[in-house]
Amino acid sequence: MPPHDVRRSYKRPAISDQDRRRAISLRRQEENRRDAQLHARRLASTLLSLEQASSEPDDVELVPESEPDLHFQHEAAETSSKDPLDVRQASKLRGADARKCRQRNGSVLHHFPSALPNGARTRDASGSGQSYSILDCIFHEADQTYYVIDMLCWKGYSLYDCTAEFRFFWLNSKLAETGACEPPSHYHKYRFSLVPICTCDLSGLQVAYSGAVPYVKDGLLFYNKHAHYQPGNTPLALVWKDESCSQYVIDTDSKGQVPSQQQVVLELQDDLKLVTSDDPPVVFGCSDLEFKEKLGLHSGNLLRFAISDGGLSIVDGTLEKADLHYLGKSNRARAFADSYSKVMFQYMVRHSPLRIEDIVASINLSIDEGNRPSDVEIVG
Amino acid sequence: MAMEVTQILLNAQAVDSAVRKHAEESLKQFQEQNLPSFLLSLAGELANDEKPAESRTLAGLILKNALDAKEHGRKIELVDRWLALDQNSKAQIKACLLRTLGSPVHEARSTASQVIAKVAGIELPLKHWPELIETLLSNTHLVPALARQSTLETLGYICEEVSSEAIDQAQVNKILTAVVQGMNTSESNNDVRLAATRALYNALGFAQANFSNDMERNFIMRVVCENTLSPELRIRQAAFECLVAISSTYYEKLAPYIQDIFNITAKAIKEDEEPVALQAIEFWSSICDEEIDILEEYGGDFTGDSEIPCFYFVKQALPALVPLLLEALLKQEEDQDQDEGAWNIAMAGGTCLGLVARTVCDDIVPLVVPFIEENIGKPDWRQREAATYAFGSVLEGPSPDKLMPLVNVGLNFLLTALRNDPNSHVKDTTAWTLGRIFEFLHGSTLDAPIITIANCQQIISVLLESMNDVPNVAEKACGALYFLAQGFEDVGPSSPLSPPLIHQILQVLLNVTHRADAGESRLRTAAYETLNEVVRCSTDDAASIVIQLVPVIIDELQKTFDAQNNSSEGREKQNELQGLLCGCLQVMIQKLGSSEPTKPQFLQYSDQMMTLFLRVFGSKSATAHEEAMLAIGALAYCAGPDFAKYMQEFYRFLEMGLQDFEDYQVCAITVGVVGDLCRALEGSILPYCDGIMTQLLKNLSSNQLHRSVKPPIFSCCGDIALAIGENFEKYLVYTMPMLQGAAELSVRPLSTDDDDMIEYTNTLRNGILEAYSGIFQGFKGSSKTQLLIPYAPHVLQFLDSLYVTKDRDDAVTKTTIGVLGDLADTLGVNAGPLIQQSVSSKDFLNECLSSDDHLIKESAEWAKLAISRAISF
Repeated sequence: MPPHDVRRSYKRPAISDQDRRRAISLRRQEENRRDAQLHARRLASTLLSLEQASSEPDDVELVPESEPDLHFQHEAAETSSKDPLDVRQASKLRGADARKCRQRNGSVLHHFPSALPNGARTRDASGSGQSYSILDCIFHEADQTYYVIDMLCWKGYSLYDCTAEFRFFWLNSKLAETGACEPPSHYHKYRFSLVPICTCDLSGLQVAYSGAVPYVKDGLLFYNKHAHYQPGNTPLALVWKDESCSQYVIDTDSKGQVPSQQQVVLELQDDLKLVTSDDPPVVFGCSDLEFKEKLGLHSGNLLRFAISDGGLSIVDGTLEKADLHYLGKSNRARAFADSYSKVMFQYMVRHSPLRIEDIVASINLSIDEGNRPSDVEIVG
Repeated sequence: MAMEVTQILLNAQAVDSAVRKHAEESLKQFQEQNLPSFLLSLAGELANDEKPAESRTLAGLILKNALDAKEHGRKIELVDRWLALDQNSKAQIKACLLRTLGSPVHEARSTASQVIAKVAGIELPLKHWPELIETLLSNTHLVPALARQSTLETLGYICEEVSSEAIDQAQVNKILTAVVQGMNTSESNNDVRLAATRALYNALGFAQANFSNDMERNFIMRVVCENTLSPELRIRQAAFECLVAISSTYYEKLAPYIQDIFNITAKAIKEDEEPVALQAIEFWSSICDEEIDILEEYGGDFTGDSEIPCFYFVKQALPALVPLLLEALLKQEEDQDQDEGAWNIAMAGGTCLGLVARTVCDDIVPLVVPFIEENIGKPDWRQREAATYAFGSVLEGPSPDKLMPLVNVGLNFLLTALRNDPNSHVKDTTAWTLGRIFEFLHGSTLDAPIITIANCQQIISVLLESMNDVPNVAEKACGALYFLAQGFEDVGPSSPLSPPLIHQILQVLLNVTHRADAGESRLRTAAYETLNEVVRCSTDDAASIVIQLVPVIIDELQKTFDAQNNSSEGREKQNELQGLLCGCLQVMIQKLGSSEPTKPQFLQYSDQMMTLFLRVFGSKSATAHEEAMLAIGALAYCAGPDFAKYMQEFYRFLEMGLQDFEDYQVCAITVGVVGDLCRALEGSILPYCDGIMTQLLKNLSSNQLHRSVKPPIFSCCGDIALAIGENFEKYLVYTMPMLQGAAELSVRPLSTDDDDMIEYTNTLRNGILEAYSGIFQGFKGSSKTQLLIPYAPHVLQFLDSLYVTKDRDDAVTKTTIGVLGDLADTLGVNAGPLIQQSVSSKDFLNECLSSDDHLIKESAEWAKLAISRAISF
């Protein structure tokens, strides 16, 4: 039996560049697989939907009762983009290892270093991968800025279970600390900014409605300040807009034109029903087997319809009947069908819009009734 | 026949190659015609004291090789073959082997010991040779020292060969008793004591119970320590080896002995001959390893659950230990930096000092600083080098606050020394120390940077200048620049890795690769690696310069094919260079391909690159294949759908890579590249899928392929399904049963608490789940989703089983709950009732929904949404 060798590496770094190349490739492949998977799952469906809107009288009454906060929704200028969907890049931003920004359909929009926690590769190994942040953002092309409208996770600390009020407080205090609001630099490619948030009383509403903001405003977001973050559609966070606070009150088609008839995107179910993206879904109509087979449609397909002259019949706040006219399959980039509240809002805008005066009146009403003052969050 | 065997065995060692070949052929024929008789004649030859030592030794070696092989599949074959032999032949062979242990011929005894251990390795776990240990132990009382020695050696080999479960505790006790007796002072024969001490080294792993018994442990430790003082060098060395092994196996039992051991090791480090002193230093390095591991498990917040407490032996020994190590640093050999195989007291002492610094952190600094200050300016190069080495050694471990004052004072001194010191050895260590400063004290995370705009330029120019120094110094200068560059990753416009400086840096590094002596001291490799790191960390505005490098490297790679290389050494060098250049291109693909402004310009080179990568596959070097494959994966990712044009030509190499079981790393990387191709080409990969899937399924069912490649293969099946959607239909009948089988295996309770096994099992589960995920998502929205329904019950059952396994890690939890969502998402109402019956959809989902791990929660939210759709009708 020979003596045992005790040689150790001497004046050599512990890791070779070849191992590093291999490790970097593996990491890239894993990330790409995760992206593909998220894309397939349309993970963005768990995101706060920015397209939802409602003008049903019921909802308006809900507003004061549930002490909503108000957000401004803003949008990028449409000139640079063919499809309005692409412009509304409500994005999920991981400040983490991925340092990627996902679009609503789950695909990656930008990949960049930022001053967010762990947003740039540093050599501080402590808790790197696990310490990530998730922000709901909208990318504003014109000033190349990410406007943050919600914070779901910060440095690995989940805010899903926190009230909107707390999340906004946290967002306000934490984001600036990191330097993420500073002008861009090499290691911080895009600036982040907050949208103004106001309490939903008369003065707050006034600021939110007519105050100047550095971006193209596209409506107000009403938040119930006690509501927890909820994936998908929820009546506790709603969009409202009119001509004074949005250039895009009525939806445009893929050419940027306002179509003569309102268009909706609905999902075809196994049972041939045509439904919205809500949970539970709202049924707008029913296809038939012949139609499905003739057009080679599968369940899960997103289909575009026009609302014809028959319009929508609503009885006691419930949709009874919709006069739908099939236009074709929706754009591939679409991840989900329209939400019920969005369809209804667009319908109301075309027929009998909910005016700012109605909201003012409802706030006055709730004050008269002795409720606590509500909050308007001016998110900008 | 017997006479003939002797002659054949001698002929097989003949100088004349024709004679040799003929003999080898005869042996082969003999073996094929009658294996039992062949093995028996060999054993008889080995046991026959009238035969020449040469034929006996070779007979033993052939026997040994008939029982064991390095390659796993072959090994299993040989074991089965041995077990299938008739009892009579086996008994005769074993009797011959045991008889040989008493032979006066050393070679025969020694060979027989090893063959016995091989047979024991096969038979003891199966309880086929129960009397072996007893027979050997009865030998230890024999009078001839030769027999005692060879018996102890045999016991040592057996302990090395078999696992501790194969020998019961009663026999272990007897073995240890015999071994310790052989080490005792009452044993007058040094060869027997040496054999006993070496046997103890191998038997230590069996002695768990004995080390838990105070009396037995005390006895073993006393005997080991006594032998460290033996007048015979080899015995002292072997005894110290035992101490080193004990330090890692029984760290927690050492407290009562550590003071004595310190005294023994201190004396040996100071006074003993080098082989012994090296083991004595290794004892402390090994204690450092243990304590570093334990303290790491403790973690910062003391919530860690290290089973073994830290006794802080190093901290207690510190004031006495550090001076010993510093003294050792002064015992350098003249040319140790040029000699790859060198290992001496100075090197061992320096390495140990570095480990001590990592163990005790801040505490080491005040003990080392006076030594550095006193010696670093001395006229004797040994003192300057030792001081510099001590400086470099303590840079990892202590906090930046503690080191900053030292480094701020020392940096300029080091830069001057690197430029002006007359001694290469000092310069080598100086460049290494600078590299350590950059590695541990430079980067965007540190508050007060050591490298500033003011001194950066100077540092870089000193390093670049040193790249013209002798190869070993230039290599260390490259290493220092590597870490300097790494620290500038993501720092922004103040980074020096931007124009105009980066141009000069890249130029100098390229020149280094062209030095005539770049083959020495790994210099060329170091230069390319540094070039890679500089490129990786370069700023955006350096892209226009980096892109100029692409045709240069392409050209270099082209040249490797033009040069004629007839010698095998020349081809080896050529392959190594091809590997380096492919690596370099891979880094550039990743850098330039990920940035939108440079991507189109960069992709103009892709045809040229691809042609060359494919030519690299013509070489025989696995490393070069691996690098070319990695580069191709990066290129596919970067080129996206445009990569389709290379597929026809590339495909056969892809298949070759997937078939490379021997170099399983190549196979693993190729599997990863298939994933890249799926995501780049999506549906256009379809024409190649028959071939790829056939090979992947073959790989999965093969015993020859290294197990680490199997989980990625499962994931890869998912990648393919996601890319080709419902076209995956035709592979379902093959893939699903295989997944099902692997899934069942992966949730069987593990009989071991082996961390590696648990980790592997989780990786495997993850791979299987990723496959399911890809398949479900791939079929989503297609008219063929009903094809998946028959598989749904099993998948849900798998998820439910995963829920109840104890050793599931977070990554698996996340993928498990994600697959639940994928299944619900794709099958919808069809799977509603099934889903409602599963535990996963209720308890598991709820648990995940309230998880602290965000990724788990995110997957759970998604699953919840998908399930609610599936069961809401």
